[in-house]
Amino acid sequence: MKKISVLDRLLLLITGLIAAYQVVAGMDGCCVVVTIYYTIAFGILVVAALLLIIFGFEALDNSIVVVALALLPLSLSSGLIYRYIPGLHIVYLTFAVAGLVLILVTRYYVGGKIATVILGIVHGVAGLVIVILPVVLSLNGTAPPLFSFVGIGGALIGVGGLLLAFLKAGKPILPKDLIYSVLPCLLLAMTIAFVVGMAAEQ
Amino acid sequence: MESKNPPNIITLVKTKFALYLPLIKSLQTGLLLLTGVTGYMSARCPVLPWSTFIGLICSLFLAISGSTVLNMVFDRDIDARMSRTADRPLPAGRISVKEALFLGLILSFGGLVWSFLLSFLYGIVVFAGLFIDVVIYTLWLKRKTAWSIVWGGVSGGMPILAGRALGLGELDIIGCLLSLSILLWIPTHILTFSMHYYNDYERAGIPTFPSTYGNKNTRLIIALSSLGVAFSIALGLFFLGLSWGYLRLLAVLTVGMLGLVLVSIFRPSVSINFGLFKYASLYMLSSMSMVLLGVL
Repeated sequence: MKKISVLDRLLLLITGLIAAYQVVAGMDGCCVVVTIYYTIAFGILVVAALLLIIFGFEALDNSIVVVALALLPLSLSSGLIYRYIPGLHIVYLTFAVAGLVLILVTRYYVGGKIATVILGIVHGVAGLVIVILPVVLSLNGTAPPLFSFVGIGGALIGVGGLLLAFLKAGKPILPKDLIYSVLPCLLLAMTIAFVVGMAAEQ
Repeated sequence: MESKNPPNIITLVKTKFALYLPLIKSLQTGLLLLTGVTGYMSARCPVLPWSTFIGLICSLFLAISGSTVLNMVFDRDIDARMSRTADRPLPAGRISVKEALFLGLILSFGGLVWSFLLSFLYGIVVFAGLFIDVVIYTLWLKRKTAWSIVWGGVSGGMPILAGRALGLGELDIIGCLLSLSILLWIPTHILTFSMHYYNDYERAGIPTFPSTYGNKNTRLIIALSSLGVAFSIALGLFFLGLSWGYLRLLAVLTVGMLGLVLVSIFRPSVSINFGLFKYASLYMLSSMSMVLLGVL
């Protein structure tokens, strides 16, 4: 496995700091429920950055990390749904909870292809919400144009998720070392996109 | 015929500085100094008057450095038997015991006098830290009982308490909580080291938790200490009146630590153990930064 470099650590540190800023100062004006959702999403980015800095890319081999990382798109998309399509919130929350439980169960008790498929479906739906909803809201004028950056962040997280999911399934799209090389850049770009988009939303 | 020129003053200072720097453990001293500054700023921000603030930094630096040098002097025989510390200036013979002892006493004395000049209460707390570290921890208990680390923790918690006492003019619950968090963090630090360098400590004949109570119990104590750190810091920040944003971030970091604590108990490994130690250190650094940013 690729050893984490100083540059990787630096990029992850910046990612963690930007996400931490978002947790501290970037949710003014949001209601309690949305604040909780966004705190979980950006909090996972903070902790994930720290764990990667400490343990290196080996941390990604841990099943707990896979489950925790699934929470990121699920909580972010739940926050977006609650804020902009409140009528769908209960339905989406049910999907998110069920998806998380399924990921947990298949990762620990079933494994193999089923675990990867479930992870792909749950990540896919949450990812689509994060990509499409901000773009649509920006286009129809409900949200400022810069809010579409959240969608860009969603696309980036989707790319990262796909690369890792196929890697775990034993069919990597790119060479393993290359995936680990681009991951810190991808995480940083994604976090910046989210924070810029969220700032426009305030 | 060649004549030897006497070394000029700049060369002499450079040589001595290079020799003395490892004696004061610059990283550890820097971290403790940061806690002292955090304690002060948590009570008085803006930090004016500057004379008091600069006095705090200088007196704490002198006192912490002094106690560290004295520890090195009294532990030189232990250091010589441990591969991790055998190359330190004293066991390696790069500096004489007399010179190091003189340096440690001068630094400590200077730090104490400056502290008492700033404030009597502050001076008392700095003196307590120095006395507990050098006399109770190093000279009395370190070679006798594994529980000595508690006193190491108490002395480590003194700079932040001293800083807050100087800023506030009295001791209060927030200062005690912040101090408690450092107290609980230091055993985490020392216990992880004593597990990682088990053979070194055995060779040196120092009683440690792993050698006295086993690795399993030591891991449990590390986990409990980490929880204690999180709890006391959270309460300290809450009472300090920091904004909800900072408390949210603290909650996030605490959840990460809880996760690592659980993994370290149920799936223990050297890597997880060392990872928890590093995370706890980052947690402490982040908490101090949050206090500083929060009061600015």
